[in-house]
Amino acid sequence: MKKPSLFILAAVLSTAAWAQQENLGDTGGLASLRGVTPLQDTRPADDLKKFPREQALESDYVYQPPLIPHNIRNYEVSLNANKCLSCHSWKNAKEMGATKISVTHYVNREDAVLADMSPRRYFCLQCHVPQANAKPLVKNDFQRVDSLRQQ
Amino acid sequence: MKLIKAFWTKLKSPSKAALGIVLFMGFAGGLMFWGAFNMGMEATNTEEFCSGCHAPIVAEIQETIHYSNRSGVRAICSDCHVPHEWTDKIVRKVQASKELVFHFMGTIDTPEKFQERRAHLAEREWARLKANDSLECRNCHQFEYMDFSEQGSRSAKLHSTALANGEKTCVDCHKGIAHKLPDMHGVEGWQ
Repeated sequence: MKKPSLFILAAVLSTAAWAQQENLGDTGGLASLRGVTPLQDTRPADDLKKFPREQALESDYVYQPPLIPHNIRNYEVSLNANKCLSCHSWKNAKEMGATKISVTHYVNREDAVLADMSPRRYFCLQCHVPQANAKPLVKNDFQRVDSLRQQ
Repeated sequence: MKLIKAFWTKLKSPSKAALGIVLFMGFAGGLMFWGAFNMGMEATNTEEFCSGCHAPIVAEIQETIHYSNRSGVRAICSDCHVPHEWTDKIVRKVQASKELVFHFMGTIDTPEKFQERRAHLAEREWARLKANDSLECRNCHQFEYMDFSEQGSRSAKLHSTALANGEKTCVDCHKGIAHKLPDMHGVEGWQ
């Protein structure tokens, strides 16, 4: 009585294992971010995304670091130089017709207001990034807060 | 001694060769000298030649638009650092021979020494381009053919004013377009 049931169990398990091996990489028709391509296949790469030269980008939430609306290829931000500040610093912004960096960049972490930009805010690209012409990969229902929503 | 004497008399006595042959030899010799001279000038203008000593600095251009771009037109070291006109080129080449002296003196033979002098070296090159009104930029980028409507609003504004009236020249704003920058504190228009 005990032996046949064990045999059947073994047979079922091995069949299952075999079936699984056959289906290696089968996504079962489920689409993921890479589409419905089976796991063992290499899907052709997407086209590279481009950064528009100039674009208007609105904020999505209060206190969002504004996105960079222009191309920043080869803009150096290092110990030696900060290309962003050559237009966006308070000294240069007016002449260059650029947006001034916000007053928050002059405050250190003890809330003391400094005479120049706070070192913790120096590396612009830690918070501010350019936006490529990429569509959202996943649909979402995010809505801007009322004060930023455009009718 | 006898041999030298014989050579001297040969030099002193008029040649028996016909005038045509002498002229031809002079012409051919001149041609060969000129060709070799120009070939030497060209050889010292190639990227490979510059990389022989300045490899890390030559590599810096590879990230920039002057090396890699959509249309495949590119600039090499000599396009920006050596004048294209013949006389200016000779002057610059002779000036550059000074670099050899400092090379053998070991003035900049470590990356640390280079970093220390980088600002000085960059300032020299900016001053050179400022003095010749950015001649090497203008060999390709000709102001007369700039279409402001194709430029970004900010670049159009500055090109049509400060650049057009000669108040500024290319290098005044476009620094570090092909290289990493030195310490820019105190440089006009930066920070």
